[in-house]
Amino acid sequence: MTCDICGKKKATVHLTEIVDEQMSEMHLCEECARQKSAQMEQQFGLADLLAGLSDTVKPASSKENEKNPLQCSRCALPYEDFRKFGRLGCSECYTSFKEHLSGLLRKIHGSNKYLGKTPSSFQKENLAASSKEERPLLVVTETLEGLKEQLQSAIAAEDFERAAEIRDKIRNLEQKD
Amino acid sequence: MRIEELLNHTGEWLRGTGPSAHIVMSSRVRLARNLADWTFPGKSVKKDLEAVLKVFSEAVGRIEALKGSTLFGMTELDQVDRQMLVERHLMSHEHASNPEGKGLLVTAEEVVSVMINEEDHLRIQVMRSGLNLSEAWDIINAIDDALARELSFAFLPSWGFLTACPTNTGTAMRGSVMMHLPALVMTKQINKVLAAISKLSFASRGFYGEGTQASGNFYQISNQVSLGHSETDIIQNINGLIRQVIEQEEQARQALLLQNKPMLEDKVCRSWGLLKTARIISSQEAIELFSMVRLGLDMGILKHVDHKALNELFIMIQPAHLQKIEAKKLNAFERDTKRAAVIRQKLGGKDV
Repeated sequence: MTCDICGKKKATVHLTEIVDEQMSEMHLCEECARQKSAQMEQQFGLADLLAGLSDTVKPASSKENEKNPLQCSRCALPYEDFRKFGRLGCSECYTSFKEHLSGLLRKIHGSNKYLGKTPSSFQKENLAASSKEERPLLVVTETLEGLKEQLQSAIAAEDFERAAEIRDKIRNLEQKD
Repeated sequence: MRIEELLNHTGEWLRGTGPSAHIVMSSRVRLARNLADWTFPGKSVKKDLEAVLKVFSEAVGRIEALKGSTLFGMTELDQVDRQMLVERHLMSHEHASNPEGKGLLVTAEEVVSVMINEEDHLRIQVMRSGLNLSEAWDIINAIDDALARELSFAFLPSWGFLTACPTNTGTAMRGSVMMHLPALVMTKQINKVLAAISKLSFASRGFYGEGTQASGNFYQISNQVSLGHSETDIIQNINGLIRQVIEQEEQARQALLLQNKPMLEDKVCRSWGLLKTARIISSQEAIELFSMVRLGLDMGILKHVDHKALNELFIMIQPAHLQKIEAKKLNAFERDTKRAAVIRQKLGGKDV
């Protein structure tokens, strides 16, 4: 079997595509398959594929985007590049894209709360400074009772995504107690 | 250590013993770490990559646990040498295919290895034989602590360790276990098991890692999430899942014995015979036969087969290893004959 695209090399990759409920099969050689998959990544954006990002990020009006595109303050990685390729450029990207990443991390991991180890250099002197900076994220504005009520109503309304968010909040609160 | 010296032995993790070694071949824990002062490797120029390599190698010199390890510069190795390191599970394909500015640190017994400047500045891994993630975690945790005293890691108290890909952010830890599940495959339950695994946010892959197909009934199972749980919680979760899969596989093995013992014995013994006598063999066929022999050994159908020898063959029969053993380039046909010879010799097959 020869490749459907170049018609020359032997087809070794077999691709099934479903477009508008129409299924089609393609038989490709390795080289054409690689090109095809690069095209597909461009179309969807790797980060979108990772976590269905597109529905959590509300892009600012396109005009504003063109004038002042979001980029990292240190390595100058445009947010758009991260959206396409799914890779960040430096540790500062996490601060520059903080609002976007917060939702994305939750989507990927089911939580955006870190519970792992802390390197020794952050344990003593750095902790005082950083906890001050991080505090706004941790402010308790909701009571456990209030959250449990919200959880019940979210479940009743079959809004499971919201229910999961509230459940995480309840867990976090309970862990603090 | 010169790269050729690796050929005299295989990694300690292939010794074929340890908890549940009849189903779990090996356990691996890896941590991703980045240095706060440099951009991630994908966004770095050659000069920066080389600076990271230098800073890392100086830090290693001050760490007791890494004394006696070897740091290979990827550009100093040729393509076959790099491929050999991939085949030994010491580094990724990606690390071999684009060598500039990259390095690999390996300890003497190949228990610890560190890829430098792959997707993240450091990818530290520890391999153990059998189901032994907790031990692997203890080793890697101590090395990480020692490195953190020497190097300043990119870290935020709210999000943990910062990595190039957000799928690793947080603990930046992946625990994975290589399982041999022939009975679940033969009883056609494997897809059900794999589907359940993916529902629980765990991934399954083939023997040779990311992007590879399962072959010879070997499946690598690993955690996907790295936020919302501590490292030890994640390891406990994997252990819990793996124990259930072990139980399923054990039940399926018993079912096979009950249903059709002669058929199973025939399959195992034919595989053994083929491996000891074949003159030309592809790696795919070899791995499938290894799987059957291993099953026979673990179920008491075959005796007097060396588990360790069988495990080591998985590594030795791969293309770069065969070429290093023969010390010359081999084409596909030459490899298939050399592979058959290596297997016959290792399994004590008489040249009839």
